[in-house]
Amino acid sequence: MNHYETVFIMNPVLSEDQVKETVKKFVDQIKANKGKITNEENWGLKKLKYAIQKKKTGFYNLIEFQADGQMINDFEVELKRDERVIRWQTVKLEKFAAEYAVRRKNRLSETKKSAE
Amino acid sequence: MARNKTEIRYLSPVDIDKRRKEKYCRFKKMGIKYIDYKDPEFLMRFLNDQGKILPRRITGTSLKYQRRLATAVKRCRQLSLLPYVGDNLK
Repeated sequence: MNHYETVFIMNPVLSEDQVKETVKKFVDQIKANKGKITNEENWGLKKLKYAIQKKKTGFYNLIEFQADGQMINDFEVELKRDERVIRWQTVKLEKFAAEYAVRRKNRLSETKKSAE
Repeated sequence: MARNKTEIRYLSPVDIDKRRKEKYCRFKKMGIKYIDYKDPEFLMRFLNDQGKILPRRITGTSLKYQRRLATAVKRCRQLSLLPYVGDNLK
C-alpha cells in the first residue's frame, strides 16, 4: 500500500451536482480497488493561470488515498477517458510528504471549525 | 584634539563594511522537509516576475532543496496554479 494524492480539474460548465457525481465516481473506483480514502478537498471554482482546452476556469478537487500501485494506471486511464476532467495529476507521497499532508489536513479542519 | 582625530581617520582606509549578508537555505533553516506544490503563493518567492525559477546563487537554497523546489514548481505549473510564462507576476 502506498500513499497517493490526486488533484484534478473539472470542466467549469458542470453543475454542482455533476461535480459531486464526478468526484464520487473516482472515490468509488478507489474504494472498489481496496483503496482507502484519507482526505478529500474541494477547492471550488478557480481561475486557471493559462487556458486548458480553451477554458479559463475549472473546479479543483483533491483526493488523498492509500492504495496498491497497480490500480493507479487504471485510475489514470479512467480520468483520461472522462470528458468532464480536463487535467489531473497523481503524486506518490513519500515519508515527509505524508507527514505534511496530515498537518495540512489538521490545519484545514481547524480553520473550518473556527469559521463555524 | 578633535582635529587630530579627523586627520587620523583620513589617513587610514575608510572602513566600509564590504561583507555581504551571508546567504542561507530557507528550507534548512526553517526545517521544511517537504515543499508543497499546491501552494503557489509560497513558490512565488522563488520565481522571478516572468515565472522563471530563480537560480541558487540568488536565493541561497541548498542543492537538495533546489531540486525539490524545481519539481514542486513544475507540478504546480502542470495544475495551472502557476503560469509557464508570465508577465509581471509580482
